[in-house]
Amino acid sequence: MRIEARPTPSHTMRYLSPLLALGLTLITGAALFAALGKAPLASLHAFFIEPVSTVYGLSELFVKVTPLLLCATGLTLCFRAKVWNIGAEGQFVFGALIAGAVSLQLADYQGFWVLPVVIASGVLAGMAWAGIAAILLTRFRAHEILTTIMLNYIAIQLLLWSVHGPLKSPSGYNFPESELFSPQTLLPTLWGQYRVTIAIFIALLMLAVIWTVLNRTLLGYQTRVMGENRQAARFAGFNGNRLIWILLLFSGGMAGMAGVSEVNGPVGQLTTNLALGYGYTAIIIVFMGRMHPLGVLLASLLLGLTYLGGENAQMTLGLPKSITGVFQGLLLFFLLACDFLISHRIVLAPIRSQHPNLSNTPVREVTRS
Amino acid sequence: MSIDIIENILFATIRTGTPLLLVALGAMISERSGVLNLGQEGMILVGAVCAFIGAYTTDSLLIGVASGLASGALFSLIFAVIAISLVSSQIATGLALTIFGTGLSAFLGVDYVGLSIDGLDEWPIPLLHDIPVIGKAFFAQDILVYGSFALFAAIYYVMSRTRVGLIIRAVGENPGVAHSMGYRVLLVRYATVMFGGAMAGLAGAYLSLAYTPMWTEGMSAGRGWIALALVVFASWRTGRVLVGAWLFAFASILHLVLQGFGYDISPNLLGMLPYLATIIALVMMMQRAGTAQLAPRSLGQPYYPQK
Repeated sequence: MRIEARPTPSHTMRYLSPLLALGLTLITGAALFAALGKAPLASLHAFFIEPVSTVYGLSELFVKVTPLLLCATGLTLCFRAKVWNIGAEGQFVFGALIAGAVSLQLADYQGFWVLPVVIASGVLAGMAWAGIAAILLTRFRAHEILTTIMLNYIAIQLLLWSVHGPLKSPSGYNFPESELFSPQTLLPTLWGQYRVTIAIFIALLMLAVIWTVLNRTLLGYQTRVMGENRQAARFAGFNGNRLIWILLLFSGGMAGMAGVSEVNGPVGQLTTNLALGYGYTAIIIVFMGRMHPLGVLLASLLLGLTYLGGENAQMTLGLPKSITGVFQGLLLFFLLACDFLISHRIVLAPIRSQHPNLSNTPVREVTRS
Repeated sequence: MSIDIIENILFATIRTGTPLLLVALGAMISERSGVLNLGQEGMILVGAVCAFIGAYTTDSLLIGVASGLASGALFSLIFAVIAISLVSSQIATGLALTIFGTGLSAFLGVDYVGLSIDGLDEWPIPLLHDIPVIGKAFFAQDILVYGSFALFAAIYYVMSRTRVGLIIRAVGENPGVAHSMGYRVLLVRYATVMFGGAMAGLAGAYLSLAYTPMWTEGMSAGRGWIALALVVFASWRTGRVLVGAWLFAFASILHLVLQGFGYDISPNLLGMLPYLATIIALVMMMQRAGTAQLAPRSLGQPYYPQK
């Protein structure tokens, strides 16, 4: 048995790899549960099936999916172009903070315009936060991975400062949280007592938008070219900086919208623990979903489920909620490992003698898109 | 300003700089061999939680430090296998390591939150610690701080004066040539990544056993990312990593300094300083012509030797 590079990357493996990774994660998860002294199958059931076995559970899944999908939609375009925006978390927090501040300001106003203003403020705030990274990258060449991460920490400090200081509720017994938002600033829920809001439709709509942009527009073409080869993008004669700006502003706006969907949705006020890692989980979603809109949708359902699973595991199995992070990390690792099979294959045959043409080239670099 | 205050500021700067220095030195070594590991944050957290659990359950700080070191190295092996042997994107794999490490450390440490241990004691060195101004900062610290000085000296020597340093640099500059000269590129990269993991684990141990002797979720607070920026800031040179680590440390204790002088500024606003300083440092560095050329040539690129 040996491993050899495939002549061309395998399309089948590209789409099989996430399923393989999910399978391996489930097996490892079962082993982990067994090691913790829990019945493996019953625990997996409690983690992955029980949370969505009721209508309320399903609706809660979509509550989780809404911010995840919004963040992931923006990141899909960025990552396609290899613009590594790791700052969805901070753009989410800053969007939520500004939308929250505006909601508090508009508490006494009525009218159809209130909610659109709140939404727009959150989206613009997310764009502004990503815009800082765009300036730093295009004007000062500071790498976006490091700057966006730093901006995440700064945004969280800003949120903490706000809820400990200027936005703290005067009637809140000195807890670090804001007043509850007035009803007219909240996103309408879809039906009954469920917490899903109309933001899920915004997420789905935007997913359709990026699908169209990627496949039908010049902008989408440029995005794909830049991801394949930056040099080629320059030769093709389009302005890389302009594209970086568009992609970062777009993903920042989407993350800002995700922030709005959370504070002006199920949460309904500013608190210290708004940052639940949705911006980081969205990164896993984009990789799992193969940077394809449909894949991203499926992956966001799966990753949304890991949040519910963690909460359920805490209630029924007495395991810490942080098991969610363990599952998410395992999933991404197995995915990256399985992706090896896109560019390589395992052959069950004896090693054949080397092709004479290759004998001068002992080294071959394998690069993948 | 009295001598006393300066002494204390210097003392706190060196303490705060120690974890940054350890992580940045480790990250620098693996980057010199061409591997960009964005998993530093995750490795610190795993090191910190394992060190705390080790020290708490055995009542031995030595075992705690050893657990931090070993767990960091083992944890980095996951990255090494996937990014080096399975030639995956180093960026994605490093992010995965940080995400997994954050989750795993929270999971492992859940029963240890809020427990306390007696942290590492300071070991003042006779006579030397009485030197005015700098004596306290350099000669009245705990053993891990002294260890970081020693590791710095050792790494400086190895990277600039020895064959091992030369091989690491050759692998980072041009793995193809290094391979055809008979060096085991992948082996070298495994070794540098695991060395980086051990250093990050040690930094974690320092955080949970000495700096603040307890375990809290996410206690590394971005130090892994700051250290990565620090390596860029230092343009991959050992000496500059040391200076950079202490400069950054000074920026992050500035809030203590200001509070000491009676300024009343929100701790949350001042808490932004280290991150702001990182961005400013990155920007300043990139303005200098040719910083990009200083990076190891093959940084971030997977390498797969043809059998």
